[in-house]
Amino acid sequence: MHQINKLFGEKLHMVNIGVETFYQDMLSQKEAGTQDIEVIHVDWKPVAGGNKKLAGMLGMLK
Amino acid sequence: MVSLQIKPNTYYDSITLMIISKELKKVPGVKEALVGMGTDLNLDIAKVTGLSSPELEAITPNDFFVALDCENEEAVANALKALEEQLNKKEESRSAAYYPPTLTSALKADPKINLALISVPGRHAYDVAKDALDKNINVMLFSDNVSMEEEKKLKEYAVSKELLMMGPDCGTAVVNGLPLAFANVIHKGPIGICGASGTGTQELTILIDQLGSGITQALGTGGRDLKAEIGGLMFKQCLNALINDPETKVIIMLSKPPAEHVAKEILSIAKECNDHIKPVVVDFIGGDPHLPKEYGLVAAYNLEDAARKAVALSKGEPVPADMIDIDMPRAELEALIERETSKMAPTQKYYRGFFSGGTLADESMKLSIGKLGHIYSNIPLKPEDKIENPLTAEYKENTCIDFGEDEFTEGKPHPMIDLTLRCERILRDAHDPTLAILQCDCVIGYGSNPNPAEELAAAIAKAKEIAASEGRYISAICSIVGTEGDPQNLTETRKQLEAAGAIVVRSNAQSTYLVHHMLDKLNGGKY
Repeated sequence: MHQINKLFGEKLHMVNIGVETFYQDMLSQKEAGTQDIEVIHVDWKPVAGGNKKLAGMLGMLK
Repeated sequence: MVSLQIKPNTYYDSITLMIISKELKKVPGVKEALVGMGTDLNLDIAKVTGLSSPELEAITPNDFFVALDCENEEAVANALKALEEQLNKKEESRSAAYYPPTLTSALKADPKINLALISVPGRHAYDVAKDALDKNINVMLFSDNVSMEEEKKLKEYAVSKELLMMGPDCGTAVVNGLPLAFANVIHKGPIGICGASGTGTQELTILIDQLGSGITQALGTGGRDLKAEIGGLMFKQCLNALINDPETKVIIMLSKPPAEHVAKEILSIAKECNDHIKPVVVDFIGGDPHLPKEYGLVAAYNLEDAARKAVALSKGEPVPADMIDIDMPRAELEALIERETSKMAPTQKYYRGFFSGGTLADESMKLSIGKLGHIYSNIPLKPEDKIENPLTAEYKENTCIDFGEDEFTEGKPHPMIDLTLRCERILRDAHDPTLAILQCDCVIGYGSNPNPAEELAAAIAKAKEIAASEGRYISAICSIVGTEGDPQNLTETRKQLEAAGAIVVRSNAQSTYLVHHMLDKLNGGKY
């Protein structure tokens, strides 16, 4: 089965990366019982504080 | 006195920045407060508001700053205290819950993650989205300012893995009933949407809901997917998923007119589906409706028309007649036009469309351009109608502005969240003696401002006051993108706008048709 059609049949396990209010919106629906989902928020910050050169070097270490 | 605080290499998302900004402006003695990351837009706004300085000019988009203009030192001190309180509150909320710092650590907490909603600044979006796809996670990429080259790479990669890669610049989606980013609470039902247009998809979903039906999925692809460079990579992927979805009984395809060869490709897929599996309604916003008809598909003339046709088909009813005018009894319409226009001065001949939804601005202009000739805009239909520097420019005649465009949003929240720039412009243009009609959208639902109607209604009421003090009358026409299930609630939103004297109609198309009727009356039957 196509992966997207598989997703349509699954419970959503969300990760929110970025704007925190999107996470709060999803969490409030889960807590109110209107959505049967799991949701987690990533406390995202730019890699190496946004320093591209340093971020590139860190990326090579992965 | 001007005070500047800079925190180098400190990141806050745009909504946090807006909340801080609003709190600082409430402090007595604070005349102006600008809070943001050091993006070009924020530095431009600093110049306009007289808060710029050589020190501020030198900062980068990775630096957080607060620029204050206060009446005295005490106000500065109080504002800085309020700033610290807000930042501490933010830290407290962060420490109250466990927020993993990376996707890898999030997967340790929940190994079943299957969909990522990503809204990091555009210059970091590719890396974050690629990381999610690497980990076999479907992606909705809300971020904009992502290059076409990066978009293509992400989508090719997602297609190779049969994953969703919605976006970049995908503002709305409803997946398995869950509203994502800017989206509304929509009943479940038999209609599936594949949309390359954010607020267009959003309005379609709410109209389907208001018509008593519902949706299976509303999948967004980002507005550039059907351009030749991307080739409809994600549109085709999503369309096939809806074709294969047994819950979806009718499909709506929504986008601006695609590149020619891409249109042929997706229309051919849709024809196969329409002939053998399930009906397909097509709205190529402002595009030639004959093209989908050539493929035997149901063509829509606007978003409401698409919603009506899809709902009828889902019930097994005949396709309704094309909706190409306001849905109001003639006598009622004439009385309304008379009531509004009779109070106007002879100089009042033009309208201003001030939108937070880009597709709604685009649809409105496309429904109007044939009648009005020129519509000046930051997203013009004709190159000669382009407004440069829309943040500061003087608007003239018929003008339609998309406040969600990059020039208004870099490092700032979207106008559906922060209505400041749109409301300021409403008040500024209220002084224009040629302005007769204000046309606005009001988008509620998740992601949007907790009560956008409050600010918009206040600006409309104030604009009417300004006009009245100068011997004129401004008519305000609004449409609401929202449902009764939304946190802000459709009925409550309508009441607030109507209390400010606005006329509220069901859809963007209807609001546009009403503008036409009024302009026609004001210009002696010219339109």
